[in-house]
Amino acid sequence: MILMEDVYKTYPNGVAALNGINVDIKQGEFVYIVGHSGAGKSTFIKLIYREEKPTKGNIIINEIDLSKLKERKVPYLRREIGVVFQDFKLLPRLTVYENVAYALEVIEETPKGIRTRVMEVLEEVGLKNKARFLPAELSGGEQQRVSIARAIVNRPRIVIADEPTGNLDPETSWGIMKTFEEINDKGTTLIMATHSKEIVNTFKKRVIAIEDGVIVRDEQRGEYGYEV
Amino acid sequence: MKFRTFLRHLREGAKNIFRNGWMTVASIGAVTTTLILVGVFLAIVLNLNEFAKNIESDVEIKVLVDLTTEDDDVIALGDQLRQLDGVENVYFSSNDEELESLTTSLGEEGRAWELFEQDNPLNHAYVVKAETPQETEGIAEEIKELDHVYDVTFGQDIVDKLFEFNNYARIVGLVLVAALVLTAVFLISNTIKITIIARSTEISIQKLVGATNGFIRWPFFVEGLLLGLLGSIIPIAVVLFGYHYIAENLASQINISFVEILDFNPFAWYLSLGILLIGATIGVWGSVMSVRKFLKV
Repeated sequence: MILMEDVYKTYPNGVAALNGINVDIKQGEFVYIVGHSGAGKSTFIKLIYREEKPTKGNIIINEIDLSKLKERKVPYLRREIGVVFQDFKLLPRLTVYENVAYALEVIEETPKGIRTRVMEVLEEVGLKNKARFLPAELSGGEQQRVSIARAIVNRPRIVIADEPTGNLDPETSWGIMKTFEEINDKGTTLIMATHSKEIVNTFKKRVIAIEDGVIVRDEQRGEYGYEV
Repeated sequence: MKFRTFLRHLREGAKNIFRNGWMTVASIGAVTTTLILVGVFLAIVLNLNEFAKNIESDVEIKVLVDLTTEDDDVIALGDQLRQLDGVENVYFSSNDEELESLTTSLGEEGRAWELFEQDNPLNHAYVVKAETPQETEGIAEEIKELDHVYDVTFGQDIVDKLFEFNNYARIVGLVLVAALVLTAVFLISNTIKITIIARSTEISIQKLVGATNGFIRWPFFVEGLLLGLLGSIIPIAVVLFGYHYIAENLASQINISFVEILDFNPFAWYLSLGILLIGATIGVWGSVMSVRKFLKV
């Protein structure tokens, strides 16, 4: 679960990105974060995986108080959180298989464990037959699936997606959303920042809207609520 | 760390050496230049040190006895010298022995002195050796006060000058070497910085999926170490062959009896080991410097 209490974030250049955020996300929830560009969505997400630290306020992730988390313990927090980006962030010189295996290698999983788990995850995202391909040989949707596979391969309790469908056409986006729903059905908390009205209004979930660094709306099975 | 992970770090570090092409060559070149100079400088300074130490421990006081002194008094003077504090030994050198050593030391020109064999104009002498070189000067002063002493000489001036020169050489050398070492460190840290920039996506992904800083840092550490070690190959060869050549050929040709260089074995090997260690230190230092900044999460 994710708990934020009165969280403020002001960047060193003086930009106040978040101005008092209070939120409680339970284990297994699926939450959209919506809002205009610059509203504070990305900062909100970065605070969860401890890419940024709050200027003020408490954040608790998976029972860990981030303000008390030592720097050298941050990697262990990250192993509980999978992150998916708009631009996929795949390593171009590595095959699909290697890109996914990479996440397990850096946490020193055994070679046998890596093989079994990577094939399992590739099957889950429907890319088992493309394991030997390079990212450049795949379509955008397929590349995003590889990055999703990498995000979930070490069985995190939370998956965060920052505009995962931003670079994809609607049809491909649908497929990606199906995959996210499947992941969520298995009990993984899913947090997704998005600009897609269609997705939010079709796959009805909890919607948290951020404006000028504060939460202006928080509804179960909400609507996108902005004119695009 | 698991052995498998350790091998992975070695592999990654070695890969980067090739990936960085000319920057690698430049770094290794900088280390090589630095270490050659360090090696030559160390060889000179250590030899000078040894040389100075030898001379210092050889410093003897020569006490010339008044020409008019009776034999009994000469013997009594010898006893007095032996009783002085800090004197290790005293030996007597008669005027005949003095003449002979003078004649021999001058070689051809010494022949002229053979004329004096019938009527030796030289003084009897005592050669006094102090227990420690530092006491030499004090003892010499004391001896000057004794009766029947014509003159007292010792080689302190030469030793002082040698030490002064040695110190000077050491300071100049150290400044030079320090500057070169810093240049080499700077070049290595730059090479590795380029590696890091080239791998920034990779590193950000590593961080994202929960790699520890140690895990990320290791390959760069290996890379720096390898750059340092590769850079020390040529300098070690230069030291080993160069020193061997000098020890075998030049030293015997120059043939100055009091100049003796340190034996090739073990000196050159120790020096090589030293160069290897300095190279490794430079490499690791450079890599640690560049990675530190980049890993701040």
